Amino acid sequence: MNIATTSGPFTHGYNTVQKTMITVLLALAPATLFNFYLFGLPSILLFAVTVGSCLAIEAGCMALAGKPAKTALSDYSATLTGWLLAMSLPPWAPWWIGLLGALFAIALAKHAFGGLGQNVFNPAMVGRTAMLVSFPVVMTAWIMPHPLFSSGSPGLAEAIAITFGGHMPDTVSAASALGYIKTELSRGIPVTQSMAKVPDLMDMVLGYRAGSLGETSAIFILAGGLFLMSKRIISWHIPLSLMGSLFVMAALFHAVDPAHYASGIFHLMSGATFLGAFFIATDYVTSPVSKKGQIVFGIGCGLLTWLIRNFAGYPEGMAFAVLLMNGLTPIIDQYTRPRAFGRDSKGEPLPLGKP
Amino acid sequence: MKLYPIRGGIHPEYRKELTSKKTIVALPLPLALYIPLQQHIGAPAEVLVKAGDLVKKGQMIARSQGVVSSPQHATTSGRITAVTQVAAPHPSGLPQTTVVLEPDGKDEWADLPEPFADPFSADAHAIHERVAQSGIVGMGGAAFPSAVKLNLGTQKKLEILLLNGAECEPYLTCDDRVMREYPNEIIDGARIMAHALGTPRVIIAIEQNKPQAIEIMTKAASAFAEIKVIGVPVQYPMGSERHLVQAITGRETPARKLTADLGVVVHNVSTARAVHHAVRFGRPLVARVVTVSGRAIREPKNILTPIGARIADLVEFCGGFAQRPESVVNGGPMMGQPLASLDAPVVKGTSGILALTAEEINNRPTNSCIRCGSCVTICPCGLSPLDMAAYIRKDNLEGAAKLGVMDCFSCGSCSYVCPSHIPLVHYFNYAKGMLKDLENELRKNDRVKNLAEVRVIRIEKANEAKKTALAARKPAPATTAPPSNTGETKAAPPTPEEKADA
Repeated sequence: MNIATTSGPFTHGYNTVQKTMITVLLALAPATLFNFYLFGLPSILLFAVTVGSCLAIEAGCMALAGKPAKTALSDYSATLTGWLLAMSLPPWAPWWIGLLGALFAIALAKHAFGGLGQNVFNPAMVGRTAMLVSFPVVMTAWIMPHPLFSSGSPGLAEAIAITFGGHMPDTVSAASALGYIKTELSRGIPVTQSMAKVPDLMDMVLGYRAGSLGETSAIFILAGGLFLMSKRIISWHIPLSLMGSLFVMAALFHAVDPAHYASGIFHLMSGATFLGAFFIATDYVTSPVSKKGQIVFGIGCGLLTWLIRNFAGYPEGMAFAVLLMNGLTPIIDQYTRPRAFGRDSKGEPLPLGKP
Repeated sequence: MKLYPIRGGIHPEYRKELTSKKTIVALPLPLALYIPLQQHIGAPAEVLVKAGDLVKKGQMIARSQGVVSSPQHATTSGRITAVTQVAAPHPSGLPQTTVVLEPDGKDEWADLPEPFADPFSADAHAIHERVAQSGIVGMGGAAFPSAVKLNLGTQKKLEILLLNGAECEPYLTCDDRVMREYPNEIIDGARIMAHALGTPRVIIAIEQNKPQAIEIMTKAASAFAEIKVIGVPVQYPMGSERHLVQAITGRETPARKLTADLGVVVHNVSTARAVHHAVRFGRPLVARVVTVSGRAIREPKNILTPIGARIADLVEFCGGFAQRPESVVNGGPMMGQPLASLDAPVVKGTSGILALTAEEINNRPTNSCIRCGSCVTICPCGLSPLDMAAYIRKDNLEGAAKLGVMDCFSCGSCSYVCPSHIPLVHYFNYAKGMLKDLENELRKNDRVKNLAEVRVIRIEKANEAKKTALAARKPAPATTAPPSNTGETKAAPPTPEEKADA
């Protein structure tokens, strides 16, 4: 007599980790391709270096741990980390930024914590912030768009020189809108005045502005985010609460003191707000699991982003905000567990007689 | 009628089309029937027959023992060949005491109890008695003795009899077919039950993926103002008693309470039909409809099966296996149990036998949890499966208990949606078993401790009595032995010498 050792259920859904990751990659593709077009060949080279490094380091870590590297690579989680990391780097940054960032992201933030699903902090954001803190000059060397096939777009030889040779042309560098306002403000020029020189709203929405490799196009990122929602990979809770709280804070302070605080719309459209809200903060592993927790998490990210942008040393705050909230995720999870059926929020049985 | 939302749940592939159009067909009498003494929750029945006895269909062959128990009846006429140990329809495949009946082919009814001429003027107690004597248990799968549940009216004020025709498990169509083919029998049974319970209203809830059943039942119920047929949303696990009550009444049954505490008693539709048979014709529960399905079955069917037919007989009646099944499941695919052997018999709670291919089961190797939170979102009990599983993996059962693992009823929704294919239900079943054992152990320890304390007090008292007796009549010799003396010597620990001897 053999004993049946498997427990139910005897039917399963068709979702897998791999499918989830591939769907997210698909959602990222339009924004990425559009920014490849805007920032030209150097951005494509940097992207390839970053993703490639992440895959190689993932394989290396798995080999060190004595686990099969093939299964780890086939879940596409390292690809996604590399992709997001690349999207958060300045588009013409040198190759070693991609490589070092990948090392921090995969080896330190992911595998040192135990691999897929065990990391506390978002690997891509660990990679990005480690680079930003260590190499602030290189990591803030923004450029204005030089669309592919236009006269300003670097050719292959020039692109290789930029990415692998470190020959950043002096003439192209530009400030990001957030950085520009911050610098001007420190020189005593009010926001109301400096706003005249940042790209207009239309350019901000489309993405025709200086910024990280994949973050500039609000409209393409929004499309990707909505696609993920339609596929039920993410829900509205984190993006909406994040952008909502950021907008409300910014709008409130802008209404009180427009000379010092940029408007809500400006904060929404600049920096990594869209990318962060839809793709970074929604990372499964490092965000709360319950919907209630996700709203708390989103609001925290939004508030911190606004605080950092306005009062901290860096003009951009999304990456730091997400990392700080990542650290709070276990606690948020603990306090936002759903109420169990037939019990109150403390876990005691509901009283009888309540209609 | 307004319905209320229930938390979470899933929409699995239902695959009911395999059998939903198949009319109920009767299984030809097999060569032998294996009738276990325990087919229900509660104490096993006490056997009344022995090998060689001749029995008729419907004759009681084992009587109920205690309050929560149920008798067994011969499911056809014939000869008892043995009362022996046969594999139970349980994942362990462990044997249990079973009456083996060899049919004589006549299928002759025994002298049955008198039918109730007018059950609605009958005493409720007489109906409970009849249902209890007829061996009726919940036919949705839990197999709880129905008479006990019908008795709730004497203890609590009840408002609604809720007949569960949700049949939310994929594949299963036995209730659907019974509703479509015997609607009047169900309605009559429901009215009798409502009379016995003293509930003024009857609601029959059917998932909306069974439109014919809803239509036919609505028509059959139209003559009775107190009966309402309601189509409920297709959302697994809608058929869970507590969730169905919430969907219908909007009220949440408190933990550790019964739906009856809210004034609602839930019975399965097929149970109502069995009550109709018992009350109107005096017939005990000797057969049930079983859905035999799955893509590994050559010809899936809804089969009217005498209790005790071997599962192998049913499979053979369906043309055998079209391909080797990956698993054979007793019940639905979500909450059913794997079968260790096809020799196990069909019992009163067997709603389905599924022979499933690997493709249908679609299980994959387990991956790391990526904390996607799907399990938290869909858990109909509002639990956090991923956190409980993490605790259980570390063998921190107490932590899992704190998170409410004992509130989990193993509906399987979390395992179904998990993109990493983590066998969450498996973990929870393990934890629940271990925690129950632990609790029993604690209770046992407590009892031993109590007994020991009582003993110490008793000895002290005896010694006290001895002393006072001695003091009272000083010159007398102290030969009166206290009554606890024998117990004391028995309980004394063995000396080292004794241990060495052993």
